[in-house]
Amino acid sequence: MTSSLLEIKDLRKSYGDELVLQDVSLSLSEHQVKVVIGASGSGKSTLLRCVNLLEAVDDGQILLAGEDITSVGVNADQVRAQIGSVFQAFNLFPHLTVIQNIILAPVLVHGVSKEEAKVQALKLLERFDLIDKAGQYPDLLSGGQQQRVAILRAVINKPKVLLLDEVTSALDPILIAEVLALISELKADGMTMMIATHEMGFAKQVADEVLFLHQGQICEVGRPEDVLVSPQTHHLADFLGSLRRAGRL
Amino acid sequence: MSYRPSELRRQREAARHQASRRSTLIATVSTVAIGALLVFVVTGAPGFDRVRESFFNFHYAKTALPHVLSGLWLNLRVMFIAEIFVLIFGLLIALARTSRSPLLYPVRLLAAAYTDFFRGLPLLLVLFLVGFGIPGLQISWIPNSAVVLGTVSLILTYSAYVAEVIRAGIEAVNPAQRMAARALGLTQSQTQRRVVLPQALRKVTPPLLNDLVSLQKDSGLISVLGAIDAIRAAGIETAQSFNFTPYLVAGGLFVLLTIPLTRFTDWLTRKQDRARVQQGQW
Repeated sequence: MTSSLLEIKDLRKSYGDELVLQDVSLSLSEHQVKVVIGASGSGKSTLLRCVNLLEAVDDGQILLAGEDITSVGVNADQVRAQIGSVFQAFNLFPHLTVIQNIILAPVLVHGVSKEEAKVQALKLLERFDLIDKAGQYPDLLSGGQQQRVAILRAVINKPKVLLLDEVTSALDPILIAEVLALISELKADGMTMMIATHEMGFAKQVADEVLFLHQGQICEVGRPEDVLVSPQTHHLADFLGSLRRAGRL
Repeated sequence: MSYRPSELRRQREAARHQASRRSTLIATVSTVAIGALLVFVVTGAPGFDRVRESFFNFHYAKTALPHVLSGLWLNLRVMFIAEIFVLIFGLLIALARTSRSPLLYPVRLLAAAYTDFFRGLPLLLVLFLVGFGIPGLQISWIPNSAVVLGTVSLILTYSAYVAEVIRAGIEAVNPAQRMAARALGLTQSQTQRRVVLPQALRKVTPPLLNDLVSLQKDSGLISVLGAIDAIRAAGIETAQSFNFTPYLVAGGLFVLLTIPLTRFTDWLTRKQDRARVQQGQW
């Protein structure tokens, strides 16, 4: 067996009568970056939310490092502690400063001492040019800075896999660039990532593999230079066409 | 090149200046007119002299003041103790009501029944039930002092109000905050304690302080159980002189006591509003 870090088998999820994910299977090996694209409502976010157990799956399995995290009796807190999640709306804790946001989980969840966590956090902030924001509250930061802090808040826990759910959708182009630069650095570090995004340029740049979701099903999978350039299905062709018309490809 | 205001700007500023002068003038005239009307109606009333004699008598105010003040010292202690317990119990009840643990289901049910009951029951009735009912049980280890039982009644009633305020705060915290905390691996209770509650309490500080102001004022009601607080002391003075001025003295002192807290509440509300405007939440 290859070193498959995250394996999703025949995942199925519905909200009431609406089927959101259907027979989704994929496997993510260590250091791999997989980018999930698709129209709004295609199930991208739901897929990520199933992986970090924020949604309960209906059928199928998700294996993290060989362990079935969807089986009954799994400690969801322990699973989530091994997975990093970043959201579209940043969701930084407004009552905590930047550094307090970052060290919260290391101290509470991973048993790192406060001093040690601070040292690690400052190192990260230094590396990503956020060191002067360490003592500030999130509302004083730009959207791009907030999102970068949110990513560092996840990265400091050394997650086995990092899930990024449309992390640039709430930002303007200049701020998007700084967030994407950070993600590219994480890729260079060897971080395993699953990224849902509308940024096709970025998908081309970081993806080892692109996965196109259409109405809850995986419609096309492949290397970005293939999938994004020569679509095999008319669903993907339509999707790329509408992006091109909107000037986003 | 240095900036020179245009004619247009000067016209605008002149117009604004004039408008603000007009507002000040209108406010002054209206205040004077209403004030004069009030004075005229009250002092012109046929019984005004007798009312002034029996409610605003300086002599009786002076003789009553020391007694009323020593009664007020009791109110102060009652307020202080009650406020501490009310905040603790209110918080615990709110936490119980918002918890999702199946183990706590009966506690949740009880807490809901408690808040429904004590928010609906008039404080005066609680005072009678606790102050006269409990001593009637003749259980030896329960104190039957009017002060203790009065304070207990205040705590019982106000904990219900405060619990509801805190619960509203907890429910007003954006669910995405809870989700983000859980995604980091925090447990349910860590999330509640470290992420939800601090935000909730910040949101509800103004209404919470408002309830405490109300509690301070209502501490005067323990006088119905016979505790010699400021109101009771004023009542004793009044009974001797048949002059109601001591009650007014006590009332004035209560107002003085609550003013710092009400001003602080207003200031805090304004500050939070400003912060919200800056964050673009409005």
